[in-house]
Amino acid sequence: MEKAPLPNRPKHRPVRHPRWRRYLPNPWVAGTVAIATLIALPVITVTSFIFVPAGEVWDHLVATVLQDYIVNSLILMVGVAAGTLIIGVSTAWLTTMCSFPGRRIFEWALLLPMAFPAYIIAYTYTGLLDFAGPVQTALREWFAWSYGDYWFPELRSIGGAIVMLSLVLYPYVYLLSRAAFLEQSSHAMDASRMLGCGPWRSFLLISLPSARPAIIAGLSLALMETLADYGTVQYFGVSNFTTGIFRTWFGLGDAAAAAQLSALLMTFVFALIVIERWSRSRARYHMTGQRSTPLPTYRLRIGKTCLAWLACGLPLTLGFLLPGGLLVSWSMATAAYVVDDRFWQLVFNSVTLAGSAALFALLLALYMAYSKRLTGGMGTNSAVRLAAMGYAIPGTVIAVGVMLPFGWFDNTIDAWARETFGVSTGLLLSGTLFAVMFAYMVRFLAVSLQTVEAGLGKIRPSMDETARSLGHRPLEVLGRIHLPLMRGSVLTAILLVFVDVMKELPATLILRPFNFNTLAVRAYELATDERLMDASSAAVAIVAAGILPVILLSRSITRSRSALQGRTAITETARMAAQPA
Amino acid sequence: MDAEYIKVTLMPLLQVNVVEIRYKNTVVTSDLSFHVNEGEIVSLLGPSGCGKTSILRAIAGFEPVREGEIFLADQLMSYPGYVVPPEQRRLGMVFQDYSLFPHMTIQKNICFGLRGLSNRAQIRVTDEMLTMVGLPGYNKRYPHELSGGQQQRVALARALAVKPRLLLMDEPFSSLDVELRARLSFEVREILKEQKITAILVTHNQLEAFAMCDMVGVMNHGRILQWDTPFNLYHEPADRFVATFIGQGVFLQGTVLTPDSVDTEAGVIQGDAPLEWPAGTSVDVLVRPDDVVPDEHGPLHGKIVNKVFKGEDVMYTLQLPNGASVMSVFPSHEQYDIGAMINVRIAADHVVAFAR
Amino acid sequence: MLLGVALCVGPGQNATAEEVNLYSARKEELIKPLLDKFTAKTGIKVNLVTGSADALLKRLETEGKNTPADMFITTDAGRLHRAKAAGVLQAISSPVLEKNIPAEFRDAKGYWFGLSLRARPIMYAKGRLDPAELSTYEALADAKWKGRICVRSSENIYNQSLVASMIVANGEEATEKWAEGLVRNLARPPRGGDEDQIKAAAAGQCDIAIANTYYLGGMLHSRDPGERAAAEKIAIFWPNQKDRGVHVNVSGAGVTRWAPHRDTAVKLLEFLITDEAQEWYAQVNNEYPAKPGIPESPALIKAWGRFKADTISLSQLGEYNAAAVKLMDRAGWK
Repeated sequence: MEKAPLPNRPKHRPVRHPRWRRYLPNPWVAGTVAIATLIALPVITVTSFIFVPAGEVWDHLVATVLQDYIVNSLILMVGVAAGTLIIGVSTAWLTTMCSFPGRRIFEWALLLPMAFPAYIIAYTYTGLLDFAGPVQTALREWFAWSYGDYWFPELRSIGGAIVMLSLVLYPYVYLLSRAAFLEQSSHAMDASRMLGCGPWRSFLLISLPSARPAIIAGLSLALMETLADYGTVQYFGVSNFTTGIFRTWFGLGDAAAAAQLSALLMTFVFALIVIERWSRSRARYHMTGQRSTPLPTYRLRIGKTCLAWLACGLPLTLGFLLPGGLLVSWSMATAAYVVDDRFWQLVFNSVTLAGSAALFALLLALYMAYSKRLTGGMGTNSAVRLAAMGYAIPGTVIAVGVMLPFGWFDNTIDAWARETFGVSTGLLLSGTLFAVMFAYMVRFLAVSLQTVEAGLGKIRPSMDETARSLGHRPLEVLGRIHLPLMRGSVLTAILLVFVDVMKELPATLILRPFNFNTLAVRAYELATDERLMDASSAAVAIVAAGILPVILLSRSITRSRSALQGRTAITETARMAAQPA
Repeated sequence: MDAEYIKVTLMPLLQVNVVEIRYKNTVVTSDLSFHVNEGEIVSLLGPSGCGKTSILRAIAGFEPVREGEIFLADQLMSYPGYVVPPEQRRLGMVFQDYSLFPHMTIQKNICFGLRGLSNRAQIRVTDEMLTMVGLPGYNKRYPHELSGGQQQRVALARALAVKPRLLLMDEPFSSLDVELRARLSFEVREILKEQKITAILVTHNQLEAFAMCDMVGVMNHGRILQWDTPFNLYHEPADRFVATFIGQGVFLQGTVLTPDSVDTEAGVIQGDAPLEWPAGTSVDVLVRPDDVVPDEHGPLHGKIVNKVFKGEDVMYTLQLPNGASVMSVFPSHEQYDIGAMINVRIAADHVVAFAR
Repeated sequence: MLLGVALCVGPGQNATAEEVNLYSARKEELIKPLLDKFTAKTGIKVNLVTGSADALLKRLETEGKNTPADMFITTDAGRLHRAKAAGVLQAISSPVLEKNIPAEFRDAKGYWFGLSLRARPIMYAKGRLDPAELSTYEALADAKWKGRICVRSSENIYNQSLVASMIVANGEEATEKWAEGLVRNLARPPRGGDEDQIKAAAAGQCDIAIANTYYLGGMLHSRDPGERAAAEKIAIFWPNQKDRGVHVNVSGAGVTRWAPHRDTAVKLLEFLITDEAQEWYAQVNNEYPAKPGIPESPALIKAWGRFKADTISLSQLGEYNAAAVKLMDRAGWK
């Protein structure tokens, strides 16, 4: 029989293609890779010290303190993990699944401790609870005790550090598990209850397992912050990796050994990143589920309401109200001579710096995330990964990592200019606000980037393609389609970086130009000088600047109950955290 | 853009010449060629993962080609290392998920591709387009206020508003329910024919492709297996895959008897055209359910082993005494139970066979 | 906006002679007023960056010969020595400085100069022990002090310097034994700053604290009545008066190697050693003047009494710093 016709082939004419076009780099890819490399430069600089042999000092570390560093870091991580999980998950479940008076307030108020830099809460509690502090002194006076007659928990210990860090870091877990609970389909809960499971069993058997990826993601964020914390552990005399790196670099003067410690620390961080990514990919899987119908809320009776109040009220009080109240009362007592023109200059500096950093980070993040979306190849993907590395690395390490290449750059340009033109260019970058800003980008671009990426990810690619097939260039599509659709994520990205920079200390301290101070620098200088009361006004200003974004974010999360909307923004919200001193 | 313009005489509207597309170094399709003439509606039909969407995206300019080239009229659009960006191709595109911009009204959506239009002109175009797709007066609505079918009509209106040279549709009806899908595919064909729009439809649903298109290319594993009219695809599949993918049926083992007849497990089947194999060649013969008709005196005696009620008719699977099975469609009012024995005959007017 | 801010606060590369740039490890509160006095007196503008000494030193190193900094101020001799060793300071010969600062408190070649003294004596809770029982730092390793001593972490530079001075005096082996003994006698694991040790002693957690005097002075002048009450319970014992003397450190400064305003920097240094400036250190932060013969004006310092200070060259503190750190690591001094 006759063969059916095959596709009609037009006569193939040889066409001359200018093949060289193939090798031209795509401007989006090239730009993204360039930015990412630049942003990763400090981390690369520091890690490159690994290749410098560090014989004697390293041996000394291994023989004496390394074990302490590892054990203490592990204890700290396990402790903070336990603390943040217990507080975060239980409060998230109570505020999502149960109905009791005051729940609406707790919903957002439980986030407030996030606005506290960890070192400030540590200083505050030490002032309150130390042996010589008002609490113990009062106890001794009332009961006529003296030292040794009674037991009082020692705040400045690894246990104290765990409590302090848990109090300010639990909101990460709270945010993410709450988002996960909100997302859960009520059908599953209904089914579980139809099958005879009570609220408690339903929680254990249904809610908890399906929220697990989100919980782990929140936890890993909290733990990264724990690893990067310097202020708290240093003040509490807990020697771990972070303090060890400083001590080795500065006390022993051995950059190579310090870098090797950093590398070891990074393996911890890397493990966390792997866990987080693993749980996120799972989370994405969960997101494909159906939109959930309104959640069942268990109406609590009086007795249980009291318990719920206790469970939600305790972390809120200890993590925010009490230390916040103390700071405010101290600052009232000292404001008269602390708050002057110089103080307002500090506020202006901090806000300007944080605001510009937030906007700048947003621009970079938009460019990189959009380029990843447009090209989606290996190049942009790994570039975006690379640029996000700085987040989990202690600020001081980053500051030194910024300083070294900038100094080299400045001096090289200067030497060249002198040689060629006989003119000295001096320091172009070192000691400028540009260097400070650059360090912020290294540290916080990840926050902005991931928020923006998440926002973009929620917009279906067919939107882009439709818009482009209708004759719009990529940047027009970004402006007319993407930006309006991801307004929430953009706002989140700005707010998160803003708050982070407000709290940032080590990089600002080391890199800032002459005669330039910020609230964080001021609070830190006074606090380390043990002038806590004088430091309180600056601390209050930092916390106050952080509260507003936290509340705004929380509200937007509750409103976007269609989990898909809020979810990833929330993940990134959780990145707001206390900076190490 | 300094695209090279190549003069080609008597050009079809779209030419895809020996194109190869890769995705992350996996070859999705290679050595692929076809053309579409002005005013034609064609379909690329195939199972998911066959590469049909990649081709569509390459035509749209979203996917680069690694080999070959794509011409639109006489313009070279894609060749290795070079792609005219989608926004410069003047094509329309309609997606499965409608892709209406949720933050814009229907009017804004429809006028999205039209730049520099006054408000009055926008209203005029929108009215015209909405009337065309049967949704007059929806200008001020937002996408989420519309049903799926309505949204897809708007998406079509938006794509057509820019007067595209070629309309690309990627599984446009897959999110709709069956009834709506059938109705809409018919309506869309009407609209396209009326507007003389050339279109390519990518789908895995043969009914949709058959309802809408003049020509259909059946694809599998990145290759076009047959490029033909729907009728021919069904009745004269050129390939074993096409035979099974399009419509239903079974293969019966057989041996070529004479130039136009085959001796099969279900007896001798006589065709109306000569076969290409010499007598004695082992072949598989395709028997469609509608080739097997009920006949009390039919030579074949089979036992009903399965039965699927389809409303107007019933599909029976019959097992013949020698173990071979055939499928047969009976009108709905002729009811038999599973296990019953019935007589049928094969009423094929041509033989579709493939060498074994 | 950012650029604007950058311009306002830029370090002023094309500087005139009328300014001087400082990297200071002394906190702003504890140096700025003095600098303001200098500006008022001479009209020379002083630009300041504060920060931790180590970080500022690193910054000096990376900025190299283009550094805008003219002077590097620290709160201990160890870091000054480290800066000298890193090659970021230059030798200054100034008759004024050499005449006014005793040789042990400055670098022999003029790389750095001590400006104020910080004594680190033994402090004890009044009434809980007889000061006659105290004698030397060395004696604190004695078993009778078991569970009675508070001292901060070995991360602190003052402890590192103290141990370095003991290595110089007694040798490494003896010092390590001593450190082990001291660690055994601690009432609690080291934590907090010097003030915390004083407070712990006041509250009875321990009887003896090792701390710098100005912390006690700060507490006595505190606005917080609790702190004042605690400080009242503490007295100072000057150890080792029969041999080398109390361990002292200095806060000091050096002119950077590439200083763009070297002469102005020297002018500032010389100002900092004037009687007026020296008195200020004592008044504001209860430090001891480096210049002999300055009246110890605050009653407080007078009340603590005169003491004999260790006269080892402070350069040696820097030289033995790494050895001290390792020694403390080995001794289990957290």
